Amino acid sequence: MAARDPEFEADCIRRILAGEKRFFHDLIRPCERAIYFLLLSMLKNEAEAEDAAQETVIKVYINLHLFRGDSQFRTWVLSIARNEGLGRLRKIGTRREESLDAGTDEQTGDYTPAILTSWREIPTDALEQKELGAILRKAVEGLPEIYRNIVILRDIEEMDIRQTSAALGISEAAVKVRLHRARAMLQRELAPQLKAFAPKRKSLFWGRK
Amino acid sequence: MRIDCNHVWQHISAYIEGEVDAGLRAEIDKHLETCELCSAVLDSTRNVVILMADDRVFELPAGFSKRLHQRIDRDLHIAEG
Repeated sequence: MAARDPEFEADCIRRILAGEKRFFHDLIRPCERAIYFLLLSMLKNEAEAEDAAQETVIKVYINLHLFRGDSQFRTWVLSIARNEGLGRLRKIGTRREESLDAGTDEQTGDYTPAILTSWREIPTDALEQKELGAILRKAVEGLPEIYRNIVILRDIEEMDIRQTSAALGISEAAVKVRLHRARAMLQRELAPQLKAFAPKRKSLFWGRK
Repeated sequence: MRIDCNHVWQHISAYIEGEVDAGLRAEIDKHLETCELCSAVLDSTRNVVILMADDRVFELPAGFSKRLHQRIDRDLHIAEG
């Protein structure tokens, strides 16, 4: 992931607004992943998400003079991406009930984790096995949208709580509650599947022949 | 105050984020020392967070970036008129 340097961003923005448009490539590059995966989370279609990502980026350029610098650039960009996604969902009339949630989290649910001792840590090296990545993606895709968006921004794009809250237009408290629930749901969903990827030392007791 | 497993689970995410206050953190740490189940829940939840953050899990479609920057070039030149 490319590092984001606020001074570099501010310098790029000044140059672009002064007519040096080529700097827009450098400005937007560190935001590409987050834009795409947020839109994919909302639209659930790769081609549509890519098209929406391109539209978002063009809108960022057109509106760049409106960026005030009182929020982080990437947060501002993602709120434009989110509006692009919402606009498309409204247009095709498939806005799902779950995503109409305006930020309340009063519903109770079972967010208890899976209780296990057979899986504690799978090293990231295991991601060389494509199957593991596929299992993780499927688990995220299976989350309700309000939780999925949080996981995409906080855990996958590693934005902080404040940035995630600003990009999604919800309170920091709601981000924390949803993040907690999403992680519990993921841990529970993944527990039976990830056991198989745990280091061999742990699986000696399973009597493998 | 002694905390139970359920109480620990309520705070797992905040604990991982480093967002529990010192008193609660000490209580949780004390519980984790003797509760293997909670310590496995914590480790496995943290493991999910670490695995998800790896760029190999969520990869942009092939050619995505190239197409995006071609579009930027095209539209920005159009804007120049």
